[in-house]
Amino acid sequence: MTAETGLAALWLAAALAALQVFLATLVLRRSVAGGATAVRAVAIVQGALAAAAMVALIAVFLASDMSVALVAANSHSMKPWLYKFAGAWGNHEGSMLLWVTILGLAGAAVARFEQRLAERTLVATLAAQAAIALGFYAFLLFASNPFARLQPAPADGAGLNPLLQDPGLAFHPPTLYAGYVGLSVAFSFAVGTLVTRDVGPAFARAMRPWVLGAWVFLTLGITAGSYWAYYELGWGGWWFWDPVENASLMPWLAATALLHSVTVLATRDGLRAWTVMLAVVAFSMSMIGTFLVRSGILTSVHAFAVDPTRGTFILALLVLYIGGALALFGARVGTVRQGKLFEPFSREGSLVANNLLLTVILGIVLIGTFYPIVAGAFGTQLSVGPPFFDKAAGPIALILVAVMAAGPLMRWRRDDAGEVLGRLFAPIGAALFAGAGAFVLGGPIGVLPLAGIALAAGLAVASVAPLTKRNLARAPLHLWGMVIAHLGVAVALAGMAASTAWTQEALLAVGVGDPARVAGFTVRLEGVRPVVGQNWTALEGRLSVTRGDAAPYVLRPQVRYFTQPVTTTNESAIATHVDGQFYAVLGALGDDGRWQLRLWWKPFVTLIWAGGALIAIGGALSLVGHQYRLFRQGRRRAEGDA
Amino acid sequence: MTRAAAVALALVAATPAAAQTANAALAYTQLPDADQERRARALMETLRCIVCQGQSIADSDADMAGEMRAVVRQRIAAGQTPRQIRDWMIARYGRYISYDPPLDAATIPLWIAPLLLLLAGIWLARGSFRRR
Amino acid sequence: MTNRRWLMWLPLCAFGVVVAVVAWGLWRPADRTVRSAMVGKPLPDFTLAPIAPGKPGLSSADFRRGQPRLLNVFASWCVPCIAEAPQLMTLKAAGVPIDAIAIKDTPQDIGNFLHRNGDPYARIGSDVHSRVQLALGSSGVPETFVVDGRGIIVAQHVGDIRADDVPGILRALADAK
Repeated sequence: MTAETGLAALWLAAALAALQVFLATLVLRRSVAGGATAVRAVAIVQGALAAAAMVALIAVFLASDMSVALVAANSHSMKPWLYKFAGAWGNHEGSMLLWVTILGLAGAAVARFEQRLAERTLVATLAAQAAIALGFYAFLLFASNPFARLQPAPADGAGLNPLLQDPGLAFHPPTLYAGYVGLSVAFSFAVGTLVTRDVGPAFARAMRPWVLGAWVFLTLGITAGSYWAYYELGWGGWWFWDPVENASLMPWLAATALLHSVTVLATRDGLRAWTVMLAVVAFSMSMIGTFLVRSGILTSVHAFAVDPTRGTFILALLVLYIGGALALFGARVGTVRQGKLFEPFSREGSLVANNLLLTVILGIVLIGTFYPIVAGAFGTQLSVGPPFFDKAAGPIALILVAVMAAGPLMRWRRDDAGEVLGRLFAPIGAALFAGAGAFVLGGPIGVLPLAGIALAAGLAVASVAPLTKRNLARAPLHLWGMVIAHLGVAVALAGMAASTAWTQEALLAVGVGDPARVAGFTVRLEGVRPVVGQNWTALEGRLSVTRGDAAPYVLRPQVRYFTQPVTTTNESAIATHVDGQFYAVLGALGDDGRWQLRLWWKPFVTLIWAGGALIAIGGALSLVGHQYRLFRQGRRRAEGDA
Repeated sequence: MTRAAAVALALVAATPAAAQTANAALAYTQLPDADQERRARALMETLRCIVCQGQSIADSDADMAGEMRAVVRQRIAAGQTPRQIRDWMIARYGRYISYDPPLDAATIPLWIAPLLLLLAGIWLARGSFRRR
Repeated sequence: MTNRRWLMWLPLCAFGVVVAVVAWGLWRPADRTVRSAMVGKPLPDFTLAPIAPGKPGLSSADFRRGQPRLLNVFASWCVPCIAEAPQLMTLKAAGVPIDAIAIKDTPQDIGNFLHRNGDPYARIGSDVHSRVQLALGSSGVPETFVVDGRGIIVAQHVGDIRADDVPGILRALADAK
């Protein structure tokens, strides 16, 4: 029954989305008394129904109801409950339902809480949001019904890919989708504002919390995904420029640019057309990302069966929404009043540079990701991977970091080059000092890591500079947010550069009891024994690790064997030190009785994810700060009226 | 996620029973000379694992990737340059094997695209500034 | 600024290009088989030790004796290799000389495999570390190369040979004469 209830809720939600589009169009055509209120109410109920469908799906997964085809194909009654729960969205149909659920809830939130925007623009925004939802409801109901029954029901399910059975990964899709959906709201605002030609600071302020929120979730998603790859894949890499990673990076780059141009629009009423376009581009990147992952066009046929129906459906939605929005943009934006023009040497100028560089990096990632398809169309089989992205995007990213350091130290409207240079004295000094230190003490480490270390030091000093000479208790929260987010970039960059430059690796074959040495660590394999988990068995190595004169500790890397489905994974064992991580992987047993062992010392590698977390925290603080200020302004105005 | 599935598949599909015995040398151990190992490692990071897609041979558990690592290390130890080894690989598997697309007629657009984007961006950004 | 009006249509054009690329990738998926770039080139030099009882090993010189031959890359642990065994027996019955390279195998396993699935091979060389497989540009098992009488690789078949692949392979052999 639960499955049927869920399906009914989904159909009802779809019907309400259609009603919402219809009502909103009516209201926009000719003013209907109370029309806007009705549209708001429909949006809220639609969101609640989508959420009900999602709850129903989670319920059938938790109950291991194998008569539901999706549960049978992706779950197993022996699975730990957390993975039954997360299994609800660990598959195509469930993840699409999760996506519309978040979409519906976001639409409901806009309908309930947005008070600043002109009513007509809000109605147009809700119409756009419902139109997006309608497409995905149709996709679910006609091409990927998550509640389909199986006759007869199998005795048990097929299981979930063991590599995905990981607490971090269980919450990875919801995080990314929250980010994608936040961008869909920004998109809807952009469409709404194009419909009513009402581009201005009010639109920017209404959109900003959604962009910031989306950006925080995307940052968290990418950071967590990177850490997952790092410890799960067992070779110590944290970024591979793989199409699926690029699919999550591209919306983040667009959102980062958007977040800064929104600030220019809100503060100085400039970059109007550009901001509207970025909002459309940001959402299109998240749809292209979803498409890339779901259609499998860039991955191996061996990994996922390519399903042209699903791919075609998402592509059709992409053309409809993004194509439609960009056509509207082309037709309408010329009639939007030109925004203010800037002095090149000013805070606005630096933000324009930021947007330019971020967009170029986005273009490089997009072109590099799709180039193999283009080449394939001309009959050439080739690969574009890390060397290309490092060479093409690396230097531009470093220039961007330099702009990032200088930007917040510049005044709005107009600034003086000499004065800015004076304010940059300490950051430049720090960069030169760190660069020289790394050059002299660090050995030959390559140009990019060296520049990375120098710039990270400079950026770290520059990013806290706006707080100096201020009363810290009275500094606004959104300023703290910016400082912490920029500091986070410096921290992450330092981690990337240092771990790239100074990682030490030992790949060994060791007998039980033999000592091995890497980077000041002594490692002894004390034994290997079998262990049993809930749905796997494993061989577990017992490594005694000693650093210098410190007391030894034990690491237990495993080779895990899963039976549903049959898979082997290497579970790395990682010890975190103040200055980096020691990373150990157990390999196969050789015929000489020695075990393969892979050991790494990765100095400061933890800074990468710590930096990611700081960036997200900064974004969240900025979000809270801006909302709090608006709330106080609203209250003051209310008091003034009274 | 896709990569995870690919890894899982490669592990299942490409594990001969006899494979684990013999291939450890140089596939899962390093060259004694640190400088040679550094060069070998840098090269391995740019060669694509042909059975796992989406991963370089430097970080793949697939059997074939292990044998390719061994070939790279042996040839580096024998005095070949990374460039010679890459050319040897490309002669066998085509451009697909190199993650670093060699500059030629087919990849010119790819390599000049970043520069063109940057120039177009600068030209576009000029429009938002006040003329002096 | 009116002369910049056309710029506003640029995003739509760029989007059109992306959609075209993506649609191409979706509806005309590129052939993702990694083929050997050695087709048309001479076999690399190699000499492989025997592995099957009573059967000689294999060297590249064996392919320069004037008659086109098939070179089958296989292994006893490979499941599709069992599937293609009947087709290889058909080819052998049609008078095609077939040699093989066994990847990462043991004499005992090979003996069992041939006993169970038939033995179409004239010679089998043992490639314990896949060195010759890599030199051939082969990316997995099974693969089959058509080699002409002068030792030049003229065709490659990736994956197991199905019944309807046999005529094509016979044609390639005839063309190589």
